[in-house]
Order: sequence, then structure tokens, then C-alpha cells
Amino acid sequence: MATHEETVYEDVPAGEDSPGLDPDLGANDPYATTDADREDGARVFNASGGDWGDLVDEATALHEERIVVNMGPQHPSTHGVLRLILELDGETVTEARAGIGYLHTGIEKNMEYRSWVQGVTFCTRMDYLTPMFQEATYCLGIERLLGIEDKIPERASIIRVLMMELTRINSHLVCLGTGGMELGATTVMTVGFRERERILRIFEAVTGLRMNNAYIRPGGVAQDLPHGCLDQIHATVPELRAGLRELELLLNENPILKGRTKEVGYLDLAGCMALGITGPILRSTGLPHDLRKSQPYCGYETYDFEVVTRTGADAYDRIRIRLDEMYESLKIIEQCVERLKKVHGPVMVEDKKIAWPAQLSVGSDGQGNSLDHIREIMGTSMESLIHHFKLVTEGFRVPAGQAYVPIESPKGELGAHVVSDGGTRPFRAHFRDPSFNNLQAVAALSEGGQVADVIVAVASIDPVMGGVDR
Amino acid sequence: MSDKPAEKATPPEPVTGSEDLHATDLDVTEANAYGDTAPVRIGERQGMFGPTKGSDTTGYGGLRTPILFPGAAQKPYGGYFDEVTATLEQALGDTGDTAYGSAIERVVVDRGELTLHVRREALPTVARAMRDDPALRFEICTGVSGVHYPGEVGRELHAVYHLLSITHNRRVRLEVSAPDSDATIPSVVDTWPAADWHERETWDMFGIIFEGHPALTRILMPDDWPGHPQRKDYPLGGIPVEYKGGTVPPPDERRSYN
Repeated sequence: MATHEETVYEDVPAGEDSPGLDPDLGANDPYATTDADREDGARVFNASGGDWGDLVDEATALHEERIVVNMGPQHPSTHGVLRLILELDGETVTEARAGIGYLHTGIEKNMEYRSWVQGVTFCTRMDYLTPMFQEATYCLGIERLLGIEDKIPERASIIRVLMMELTRINSHLVCLGTGGMELGATTVMTVGFRERERILRIFEAVTGLRMNNAYIRPGGVAQDLPHGCLDQIHATVPELRAGLRELELLLNENPILKGRTKEVGYLDLAGCMALGITGPILRSTGLPHDLRKSQPYCGYETYDFEVVTRTGADAYDRIRIRLDEMYESLKIIEQCVERLKKVHGPVMVEDKKIAWPAQLSVGSDGQGNSLDHIREIMGTSMESLIHHFKLVTEGFRVPAGQAYVPIESPKGELGAHVVSDGGTRPFRAHFRDPSFNNLQAVAALSEGGQVADVIVAVASIDPVMGGVDR
Repeated sequence: MSDKPAEKATPPEPVTGSEDLHATDLDVTEANAYGDTAPVRIGERQGMFGPTKGSDTTGYGGLRTPILFPGAAQKPYGGYFDEVTATLEQALGDTGDTAYGSAIERVVVDRGELTLHVRREALPTVARAMRDDPALRFEICTGVSGVHYPGEVGRELHAVYHLLSITHNRRVRLEVSAPDSDATIPSVVDTWPAADWHERETWDMFGIIFEGHPALTRILMPDDWPGHPQRKDYPLGGIPVEYKGGTVPPPDERRSYN
């Protein structure tokens, strides 16, 4: 057989047939030089020879169909702009790699050009399904830098827990809903989003916004709960319970779902440890690691709830863990409501050099600073006006140093590494987003499985590209 | 760092006899690893009120104050920090390039968090010891965060590793620095595969080259992007925005009081 090195063709003069033609074809070769070509003096080259024939023979003999498929970044099943590069052997994935960065918006860089308080409005947009968690870890970091961790009013901490647990349900519902839709179960999606709507209504009542709330602020929360909010939450919890039950009935024993998710996307404890995986994926291996229990913050140690674990380490168990975690979150929410009925008082730290000076209120001309506050700064106290102006435009200074206060987001460990140089702006704010880290497991979860299993595996990670790319 | 005394601010209160204390405590440890409790100067602030745009009419424009980070802590560190450092000292031994005294430049305890400043050449050994020693067992490296301190001459680029031990429920921060002129730090992917993407991100954003990383490529920015956006000398960018007759300049050109 001729190898590439041996086959060296000299350039042939115009008008002669180029070499490399299959001599067996003779005059039947459709690509051979024709009389018309010869008249025009055109030279015809044919791609053949070398070791190409060997490669074709080899591939035919092995019956291999190895192709590289680029999936995404615009694909309905990749959770946003995730790009998957899959090497397929038939239907089997032999290699899987994730490409990210399509939603990189430079939030961390932008935060260095805004005051500490304004940073909240930026980090809330990272993982847009868990806005409260980015806000919370960022504010807890600032509070540690300021040394006011133990001065946060109790009511503020309870409201933080309440909002975080509502967000956890919100995030899990979207995870299950979109995950179900990716498997073709549209009803799971409609139920999931219907239930999520109840939570968004609460967010809207409390923060004025459904997403990107910027509600948790350094020193407390932006605003106390509005009148009637506790009743609204109290009424919503049983509705959510019923909706979750409906989801459970749809999912838990569904033979199609079980067939698609059981023993799919398997990652054992050693794999999770090596890849730094936290959250439901880690708990699906049976390890009850939950920062709310092991390193409590915001007073989580005083709430009664369980850490849900299962031992299947597959996509099915992650779905079940998320479902059960939502019930645990509802338990915490009910405890929060009970406490908020008893605990009154401020929702912002007492230190007026840190606390936001104004409260919002809704007037006839829309939402704005409360009239009492306007009256005070415009009519009675020049010092209040100066104070308001300084704090809002300049912001407060944070002593130099660094802090990292991780919290348990619905997806795993979320932490903000905040560095201050003593100024009014973050010197550096780096977010350790759980999805960013967990996406590294795509290869481990999906290699060796079918193409359809990749979708299930990625859905079981529950990545949100806004958080991954920041 | 103690090898650059010119950068040091004067310590607020010199602790008398601290060298002796450490000499008896750790006779194998180099004194400079522990002795210097003075805050570390990472930069300088000009003026008193922070505005950087326009002329300073306050009369304080010439004021220069150092930006000070917490200096080395004195033993006992408190909590589990003493146990961690003692175990690490035992694991690293007292001879060779990676002896505890030369590997750990500074132990900082600040705001209830333990930071070990690791000499960059010793990072792989320290990382392996942190993971494998049964009494340390930091199984998870939760991430790598880069920080650019342009004012800390010779140590401009920092890579900050947050370690988590689920076994012992502990956290430690490792901090490694590299000069701008030689921005290389050994990779810890061998020890914690999870650091793969985090190191790629830090390379992408800060230009720190992690030697030994299996495929150090950009991860968030496009492959052909010039520069490393999170560095302090990289501009934020942006254009002025017109709104209702007014013009709002881009954020880095607005008046600020940082």
C-alpha cells in the first residue's frame, strides 16, 4: 500500500491527465479531465492518493461512526448559552466538554466601580434564579469586613432567611420545570412555573421586583415587610405544598422519568470531592453536607429542618432531593412567619454611618422616598440632608481586609470573596458560583452515556449561565 | 513582607520579646516567617475625602496614607487555627525548600479567618499536605480568586485559594503572590482537579500563568482577547449615555469618593 511519504506527484504539464485517478475507472471517471478542459488548458486535480484510502478502509473495517457535535450555545436543552462539544461514537458520547463564557458581562469588574451598596444591584443579577443568595453572601462578607456581624437586627436576619428559602423553592421549581421540559414533559414545566409565580408574587410585594431584587443590603434588608405580607405568605405555603404534591405525583414514580434519569449522570462521592461539587449533587451521594447545618449563618442553627440525602448518586435522586428540600424550605418559611409575628423592630443595623438613610413608600405619584424623610431632610435638618447626600453618593468606607462568607445556595456552596482597600468601593469582589464549579462535572457525568443522557446530566447539575459566566 | 522593610509601615505597637518567644516556640522556624506583626502595606491613598476627578480644593490633596492589610498574627491564633498550623508544620517538616518556616511566609488571622501566605514555589507541596494529612484533610478547594494589588511592588498578583474540609468542618485560605514581571504560580490541579476552571478564570482575568495546568486557556473571554480584564490597569470601558438632555459619563469617569 502506498503511504503518504512515498506518493510524491510531480506537477504534470497542462493537457495531460493528472495522476492519482483510479485507473480502474478509465473513461468512466466523472471527475477526469475532459476534452473541454484540455481545450481550455485547464488543469484538473483530483483529491486521492496519499493515505486517504487507508483511512477509509480502516474506518469501514471498524464500523466506527465518530463525529464531533457542537451542541449550543443556542440550544433549548442546554440551560441558556452553554456550549457542549460532544464526541460521539454512534449514539454514545465518548468525550464531552463544556464551553462557557457566552454570558460573561463583567459584573465583578463593574462592581469595583460602584459603591458597596450599589454592588448588591450587580451581584443579584449573576445567577438570576437565586438573586437573594448572591446578595446575602455579598452582604455577609461586607458585614464581616465592617465587624457588624453581631449587630444585624434579629428581624432582618429572619427576613433574610425567609427570602432565601423562598428563593430556594423558586430555583428548584425552575430546575425541575425546565429539566422536565428538556425531557419532553411540558406539564412539569407548567406546574413548576405556576408554583413559582406564587413566590414571585411574594417577592413583588416585598421588594417591588420579581427578580434581581437587590433587597438584602449591607447591614440588613432594604425595607421591612409590607402590611399583609405575612398573611400572604401564610396563605401561599399550603398552595405551594399542594403544587409540590402535584409535581411529586407527576415525577416520583413516572416510569418515563425513571427510565430517563435512573443511573444516569452518576457521580460518586470521590468524584464529587475531586471536582469540588457541592449542593444536591453532593447530597445525592449520601453525604449530608449543608452549610446551613455545618457552618450556620443568619441564625440557621435555630431553625428546625432536615438535610435531605439519598444514595443513588444519579439524576433521579437529585430530582427527589430537590423536591424534598422544597418541603424543608417550606418548614423553615413557616417558622420564619411565626417568628416575624413576634419579633419586631428595625431591619437595618443601628449604625447611621452604614444604614441606608431613607425608607421607601408608595405615594400618589409612585414609589419614592418616604414623605417623612423628605420632610426631615428638606424642611427641618440640614445635617440630615448632608448625611443622606454623603451616604447615598459617596457611600460608607469599609476597613481594609478580605472576607469570604459562603452560604448554601440551591446549587451548592456560593461565596463572595470581598476585598476592601478601605475605600467606598469593593477593591475586588469575586463570586464562587456553584454552577461554575459544578459544570466541570459535565464530562464525568455524561461520558459513556447516550446523547439524550447528556441533557439529563446537565439538567441535574442545574447550571444557570448568568452565574457561571458572571 | 519582612524582606522589604522599606514598604513596611511602622508597627503601631512593637511587641517586645516576640522574637525570643518564637525562638523558643519554633526553633526551626525562620524568624521572618512569624516575627513581623506589622501591618502589610498594599498601596497608598491620596487626599482625605477620596475624589480623584478635578482639582482638589480641600487642602488635604497632598496627604498620603498607606493602605494597610493585617500583618502576621501571634500565637496562639485561637480556635482550630493553632491545630491546623501545627499539623501543617509537622507535615512539611523542618528541612528542605518546603520546610514550614520557608514555605509559609505569613500566618494572618483576621476577622475570624485564617490566611496562610504561601511562598509560590512551595504551593504544590503545601497543597498536597493540606489535602492528604488526616488531621488537615482539606478535600475541597472551593475556588481560586485573583486579586491585583498594583501598589504592592514585587507582589502585585495574588491568587487566593479557599479550602474547605468537610471532615473537620474547617476553612482555610491560602494566598500566593507573584510579581507582575514573572506572573507564574504553580498549578494545584494535580491536587484538586476542581481548581481547573478556577485557574483558567484567574489566568483569563489576571494573566497569572499557572504552571503545570493541563490546558490553561481563556474561559470567559474570547480566545483572541487582548489583555486581562480584571487587572487594575485594564480600563472598565463604556461610553457616555445621553438621557433627557443630560449626559452621564461612563462609570470610571464619574466623580467618585473612593
